[in-house]
Amino acid sequence: MTNSPETGTPGLMAKAVKEGIFAGLLALGMFILFVGIETYQDISNALVWRTRWGLLAIFVAVAAIGRFLVVGFIKPHIDRRKLAKAKSGVLEISEEKGFFRQHFLKIALVGLVLYPVAAVMLAGTQGSLKYVDNFGIQILIYVMLAWGLNIVVGLAGLLDLGYVAFYAVGAYSYALLSEHFGLSFWILLPLAGILSAMWGIILGFPVLRLRGDYLAIVTLAFGEIIRLVLINWTDVTKGTFGISGIPKASVFGIWSFDVGAANNFTKAFGLPMSSAYYKIFLFYVILALCLLTAYVTIRLRRMPIGRAWEALREDEIACRSLGINTVTTKLTAFAIGAMFGGFAGSFFATRQGFVSPESFVFLESAVILAIVVLGGMGSLTGIAIAAVVMVGGTELLREMSFLKLVFGPDFTPELYRMLLFGLAMIIVMLFKPRGFVGSREPTAFLKERKAIAGSFTKEGHG
Amino acid sequence: MEYFIQQLINGLTLGSIYGLVAIGYTMVYGIIGMINFAHGDIFMLGGFAALIIFLILTSFFAGIPVALLLLVMLVVGMLMTGLWNWTIERVAYRPLRGSFRLAPLITAIGMSIVLSNFIQVTQGPRNKPIPQLVSDTYHFGAITISLKQIIIVLLTVVLLAAFWYIVNKTPLGRAQRATEQDRKMAALLGVDVDRTISITFIMGAALAAVAGTMYLMYYGVASFNDGFIPGVKAFTAAVLGGIGSLPGAVLGGLLIGLIESLWSAYFTIAYKDVATFAILAFVLIFKPTGILGRPEVEKV
Repeated sequence: MTNSPETGTPGLMAKAVKEGIFAGLLALGMFILFVGIETYQDISNALVWRTRWGLLAIFVAVAAIGRFLVVGFIKPHIDRRKLAKAKSGVLEISEEKGFFRQHFLKIALVGLVLYPVAAVMLAGTQGSLKYVDNFGIQILIYVMLAWGLNIVVGLAGLLDLGYVAFYAVGAYSYALLSEHFGLSFWILLPLAGILSAMWGIILGFPVLRLRGDYLAIVTLAFGEIIRLVLINWTDVTKGTFGISGIPKASVFGIWSFDVGAANNFTKAFGLPMSSAYYKIFLFYVILALCLLTAYVTIRLRRMPIGRAWEALREDEIACRSLGINTVTTKLTAFAIGAMFGGFAGSFFATRQGFVSPESFVFLESAVILAIVVLGGMGSLTGIAIAAVVMVGGTELLREMSFLKLVFGPDFTPELYRMLLFGLAMIIVMLFKPRGFVGSREPTAFLKERKAIAGSFTKEGHG
Repeated sequence: MEYFIQQLINGLTLGSIYGLVAIGYTMVYGIIGMINFAHGDIFMLGGFAALIIFLILTSFFAGIPVALLLLVMLVVGMLMTGLWNWTIERVAYRPLRGSFRLAPLITAIGMSIVLSNFIQVTQGPRNKPIPQLVSDTYHFGAITISLKQIIIVLLTVVLLAAFWYIVNKTPLGRAQRATEQDRKMAALLGVDVDRTISITFIMGAALAAVAGTMYLMYYGVASFNDGFIPGVKAFTAAVLGGIGSLPGAVLGGLLIGLIESLWSAYFTIAYKDVATFAILAFVLIFKPTGILGRPEVEKV
């Protein structure tokens, strides 16, 4: 910028007006057909159209005014701040960590353990259902899936777009095996993990030679194949109808949550009948599974296999010339990542009591991958934060019925859930391309541990 | 034999549509090395633009000739998707060009979610059927060829010829090829790299709009989630042919179309997509860079 931003240049306003008008015209062109015209079926089921110029005008105005404000005010302000910082010469990075940041993990863990108790105390037994189930369990499932995928993408650098396949294998393993053999959740949970891991190896074998985007498309294809087989193999999977009536998990076989059972949990403790206790139990189960995933990930990173994954991610050729067996390295990454997906899948099946191929579409894979990348790959904390923000945020939309007062009774916030999710993905990436936690602690270091910027590592490369 | 030829014709028609979409994927991949996941939804947007133009034109001018109608649908669709793809590239991809590899992939997936949900919100979730535009059929013995199929294949051939000419014979094409080979060197030699990339996106989008219009004409229905399956298939086609290679994209598209229609004809229709994806995996295992792809030379 040639003019000093301090003095509020005269050219700036003219530029802002020009850019604003351009953005308005662009928005007019982009939205005139899709927003300005509405197509709908009339009574005789023929497709007809009507205009929505008012809505179009709002879109255009928002684009024009938004661009005007950004160019005229926000950007100069940011530039000024950057300039001031550069002049003062103080670096933003401080060595001292605050109390909260230092003990973040402990605080988070205690908070999570106490979360259902707090929910019951604040909202009552029945009222806690929503908070424990919709927010707690839902978010933790995604945390677990994202941590599982993180092993494949974040650590081993293998871009997997079909991770949901392993989730599906886990869910259907539990659903089918419990239906046909009457095995309990605690036997089938490890079994589902093992089966998923086997599928990870089976699907991993053919793609060993592929790199980068070829790997991405083949894993996507495998994910779709699994889903299509689930839809079409109706004799076993009941197709799109799905499998319902999947048995509930029990507290290690001691107490059951089935209403009629003699050892019913609520009866044994003399509690009032409520499904909330089952959900609270499930919350602790998925929390334990998440912690297991995190523990295994952290431990594996320090073992030779974890080091080999990270070496593979950084440079496959160097890896091979140092004598690392890339075949087993890749396969273990696929298998272990898949295993956690399988755990999450069988948990999902017992929580829903119902599985259908609808739950395992590509969009799920995309959401999980988005959480991993948005969190800052390889960083467990960042991924957990991303899951809370993205999944919790979209779940929150379901609760916002007060928006009906603003936009009228026809307004359904759920409809905008995925739209906002997509926008959030783009916006977070634009402002923080390295994810929420863009720095990490190295696993191998010479004298002291230093956080290194995420930009020093290559990910999703293999 | 007639049955086989009939299926061959159906497959070629479908393959032409996939090929047109695949070119957009392969060009963008060739020039900036990213999978433009939103391209399938650009194809869907093109179909919707054509649908809306069709509704407007037929309600104002009842007896409009079909050829003129199709032409206007195509032109408006191309302009519309060109504008959208240009804006998408500017807003979501360009700021991340120097960033790490997965960042633009994530914004592209986000853009794909945004586009399909945007159409779902603004135009409604139901399928949008339109009356048949072209219904003439020609019979050669037991083989039936519809005018729709002839239009699709002819249009594809004409567009490919035009496209081949642009890429191989014009200064713009030279700039594109230079940018594809080495972006930094091209910029040093005076190629406006940003502009070239923008034009590549517009060209890819225009071809996707043609494919979207043809898809609408062929099947007579448009839906907000039409972008995903054809998009994935077109991308599969681009990879199968060797991503980055233009003839490869067309070849891959035709192959996918043929596999799909022949599989549905001789085996079960339910597993046609499984067959497509399985063949993709099979080809890549033996030829990891696709059929016409250049082998990647790796430097340490």
